[in-house]
Amino acid sequence: MKGMVSIIDYGAGNLRSVKRALLHLGMPCRITDKPLEILSSDRVIFPGVGAAGQAMEVIKSRGLDVVIREVVDSGIPFLGICLGAQIILGQSEEDDTHCLNLIPGKVKRFSDPTLKIPHMGWNTVIKNRNHPLLDGIDARAQFYFVHSYYPEPEREEHIIATTEYGITFASIIGRDNVVATQFHLEKSGGFGLSILKNFSTWDGTVR
Amino acid sequence: MLSKRIIICLDVRDGKTTKGIQFKGNVDIGDPVDMARQYYEQGVDELVFYDITASSDDRGILIDVVNRVAQNIFIPFSVGGGIRDVSDMYRVLNAGAEKISVNTAAVLNPGLISAGAKIFGNQCIVLGMDAKRVEKTEQIPSGYEIWINGGRTPMEIDALWWAKEAESLGAGEICLNSIDADGTNKGYEIALTSLISDAVSIPVIASGGAGIPEHLRDVFVEAGADAALIASMVHYEHYTVGQIKAYLSGEGVPVRELI
Repeated sequence: MKGMVSIIDYGAGNLRSVKRALLHLGMPCRITDKPLEILSSDRVIFPGVGAAGQAMEVIKSRGLDVVIREVVDSGIPFLGICLGAQIILGQSEEDDTHCLNLIPGKVKRFSDPTLKIPHMGWNTVIKNRNHPLLDGIDARAQFYFVHSYYPEPEREEHIIATTEYGITFASIIGRDNVVATQFHLEKSGGFGLSILKNFSTWDGTVR
Repeated sequence: MLSKRIIICLDVRDGKTTKGIQFKGNVDIGDPVDMARQYYEQGVDELVFYDITASSDDRGILIDVVNRVAQNIFIPFSVGGGIRDVSDMYRVLNAGAEKISVNTAAVLNPGLISAGAKIFGNQCIVLGMDAKRVEKTEQIPSGYEIWINGGRTPMEIDALWWAKEAESLGAGEICLNSIDADGTNKGYEIALTSLISDAVSIPVIASGGAGIPEHLRDVFVEAGADAALIASMVHYEHYTVGQIKAYLSGEGVPVRELI
């Protein structure tokens, strides 16, 4: 089906929420862990809630690490959400996990003892560079975050936007056809839906 | 900067939103799905549905409500009331809730917090606690006692101790309800909220007593609450979410405003 979005199924908690948001936007989608279905879709979403260690175990046991690399290499637009924005980096401090390394860098835990952990609630996202997914998004827009760890890409060029929580961390990262948001697009009201809508027409290139 | 959250609480009984005063005498005030959609459009940050259905036979109605809410509303919402085990948690999350709130069941079986946190993640588990001011004793050194069964049964458990214990068991958030303030519309219990909020490193939602926007400012600024639960002040159309947020913003409290 034209425009089909595959939501990668590795047992993560928010798969259905993501699917509901896509259906609300009229985007054809399926939750799947089948390599052929994933590779034949027009777009791929990699959601996630939970712990990095367990997620990577499931991903590897289902052979999805290999599939995800193929998706990325073949230029299919690829969107990570929350945990999906973390395990695309090289290494996570959470359970000392070796991750997918689609973007070089690390995932670190918020360490300021005066901060409430998790970073939970609505926060602003400050654009570092233009990206098609952010077209039409007001600079004052806020998005819903729930996380105790944050992505830290090695290269500045992979940081698309940042957010303040004690420190400044990368809240949208990406390169080429890969883009990922630390916040929950499926739970961020109208602006979250707008980014998903932008993803539905994104060709995977960055201007 | 992280915004302070405004969370609207909908007590649901037999599929209808209801509102009571100090846990007694409830009246039906509308359809929870319609109300949820209105509040979503007004810009509320989060919703909580408490199932206060008397008979456990009728609990399936709430799952249907959760399902319908999840199809229309794209902000986080949690569900509490009548959650007794991990399979109850699974049903609610699977229907589309973001978090589960446990209260009585967690006091009776604290292992429920750790079990839920392990399977679904800490961020999914909200500890709901009902605390009542009492004389300080050896058993209750903080002067706040935990009550269960919707505020009907005192437990001789210290609220401060329980909050820390729940955090260490893996709760991701605490929804702290003051039995004394609940339903009074005279303001949150500032002392209780600040006691608990200072003692734990997870977010604390203040609950019970909100009547006017000033009450929210007080609990955010003076007690350090991360979120504030409101009900009657919006259910009875005294205020819209937008009015409350505009007031808070003017007072320098960071909130997410509708753009």
